Amino acid sequence: MQNEASSVLNLFCQGDATAFEALFRQHQRAVYGWILRIVRDPSAAEELTVESFWRIYRARERFDPAQGFEGWARRIATHAALDWLRARRDKFEVDAEECGELAAPDNSDAAVTTEIRSKTALAFERLSPKLRIAATLAVIEEQPHKDVAAALGISVTAVKLRVFRALRLLRKDLERQGITP
Amino acid sequence: MNEHDRDQMKKLLKEALPPVDAEDGPARDLWPAMLRRLGEESAAQVTKGRTGFNWAWFDGALAAGLVLLVASFPASIPLLLYYL
Repeated sequence: MQNEASSVLNLFCQGDATAFEALFRQHQRAVYGWILRIVRDPSAAEELTVESFWRIYRARERFDPAQGFEGWARRIATHAALDWLRARRDKFEVDAEECGELAAPDNSDAAVTTEIRSKTALAFERLSPKLRIAATLAVIEEQPHKDVAAALGISVTAVKLRVFRALRLLRKDLERQGITP
Repeated sequence: MNEHDRDQMKKLLKEALPPVDAEDGPARDLWPAMLRRLGEESAAQVTKGRTGFNWAWFDGALAAGLVLLVASFPASIPLLLYYL
């Protein structure tokens, strides 16, 4: 079984289309799920999954089968999602009406009003994509710090620092709007 | 910001943006879209090759260097022509 997987990876490195299809079918769900956690938009996540696998295919000669496919694919997918967040931020316009309709989670705190939730979501959108991606994965999605670090290609300490900075900036932004968390 | 503030912010953030359900996978098979993407890129590369714009950066640098040499030392033109 392991020999078969290793042979698929080696064939993929040589540009074998069948091996690439096998890897695509095996990992598309995981890659899609990871991207969805970052971008929070199913349609964008589908497009970015294709974009990520396209980048994976183009970079096949640099792939080291000994390092494993999943982590490598996740790292490429994270960067594709980061590029998407950056591009989206450039044309981001605050749509307060849309954010005002944010659904409350099932276990929501009654003291946290819809207005506070929407202002928090908007303030979070205003953070830099690098900080946002770290906070999204580590805080909202509760992914282990080491997984987030591996996906972003940074150290665990750097992840913790980014999360800390994201929360601090978010707090400052909310305080400016008269909200004291 | 102390630990309590941090925990409060985390809680508020999760209230505002609850985790997404990422277990279900994409709503459709993405392989056909992947094939289209691969096809488009292959077609673009073929077109690029045919139109002769498939220059590497090194080719461009070499051509620029040659133009610079000829412009700076016009006397080198006969020498270059001799070696062509």
